[in-house]
Amino acid sequence: MERKIRVLVAKPGLDGHDRGAKVIARALRDAGMEVIYTGLQQTPQMIVEAALQEDVDVIGLSILSGAHMTLLPKVTQLLKEQQMDDVLVVAGGIISDADAAILKAQHGIAEVFGPGASTQDIIKFIQDHVSVSRE
Amino acid sequence: MNSQDLVARLRAGDRRSLARAITVVETGGPQARELLAAAYPYTGGAHVVGVTGPPGAGKSTLVTALALEWRSRGVSVGIVAVDPTSPFTGGAVLGDRIRMQALGGDPGVFIRSMASRGRLGGLARATADAVAMLDAAGFQVVLIETVGAGQGEVDIARAAHTTLVVEVPGMGDDVQSIKAGVLEIADVFVVNKADREGADKTVRQLRAMLHLADRQPGDWEPPVLTAVATTSTGSAAIVDAATRHLAYLRETGLADARARHAAERELAAAVQELALERLRGQAWHDLVARIARRERDPYGSAEELFNALFPG
Repeated sequence: MERKIRVLVAKPGLDGHDRGAKVIARALRDAGMEVIYTGLQQTPQMIVEAALQEDVDVIGLSILSGAHMTLLPKVTQLLKEQQMDDVLVVAGGIISDADAAILKAQHGIAEVFGPGASTQDIIKFIQDHVSVSRE
Repeated sequence: MNSQDLVARLRAGDRRSLARAITVVETGGPQARELLAAAYPYTGGAHVVGVTGPPGAGKSTLVTALALEWRSRGVSVGIVAVDPTSPFTGGAVLGDRIRMQALGGDPGVFIRSMASRGRLGGLARATADAVAMLDAAGFQVVLIETVGAGQGEVDIARAAHTTLVVEVPGMGDDVQSIKAGVLEIADVFVVNKADREGADKTVRQLRAMLHLADRQPGDWEPPVLTAVATTSTGSAAIVDAATRHLAYLRETGLADARARHAAERELAAAVQELALERLRGQAWHDLVARIARRERDPYGSAEELFNALFPG
């Protein structure tokens, strides 16, 4: 019986750079996860709707535009409204340490991975923090 | 949550319950069987339409255009989009949603991506089960998008009432079109990217191939239609053809015959799964080891196991 880790990789907001998101998608795939990639320019509503339909365990948000303090809390707030707070949310991109601390402490972002984070660390973090027996 | 409750909630339109139910059937095992059993009385209402064709033919875009067309007619649409699982790592990147953005935010649409998880026929083991959940939830049309398929991936013809085969211009000479396989299962042909050079030729070749077929009067003749899915061109005619095909299946009694065949396959698969589950004990593993060493053969061993399960 298989219960694979399902991950939604999404890019909220308007920046058009998705190389990082694709690298992550590929690395998670190679770690045996099922990655749903939604493409660029997603609104928080679109991201949460996709996460709901796909019944994912993890949402990975890649953001380089600088709008992370607006968009990331919006995603976690919508998740809470849908009673989906059991979904692990991680972020990656250009996010300052100060902002990362606030996102983690106040806005339900489990971890923030900056430039130079190794894909192995990200994979391990997800494997360690997803409760696969999430019923 | 027990299966009855989950079915009641997904039937009441709770999308999270529907999503969770699909995960349960995809995972398989006793819980999946219980859920499928609870949902079964509410299935059979949806028109299941398969979309298959080679990688890059525009299946996802066409599925989106067709879903928009059905939505404009007030019909609710469920979508199951299958992408391949890596045979090396067991992982998958499911990217069909990228081209389905236009369907976001519509409560009359539900999209689920599925990894093929080692199945080779173009679908996943649990694709039909996921379709059953969408069907039970009341979606009137369920579109299945297969893995990019070539010549042998014909499972879709069994899973769907109506199979659309998507071709694009310039894919090969006219001998390609009389080979066996995917082209034989088409109820409707769609030549996508019809604004490209060579589309007319592809249409002509497909029509010529169809004329070679030995068709009786009254048999369904698969129409060859053109589309430019990126601009939704041609989708109305395709939806019309799919709808006509379903009516044809019902009028000729073929729908009933297909339902019987499907029921038999479902029963056989369920019996097989249950039997294997009961049989996989210590004796099973001992026999596997002995067969691998060529001390026993699989046929006599199967009989021995079976007789133990059903004495007399």
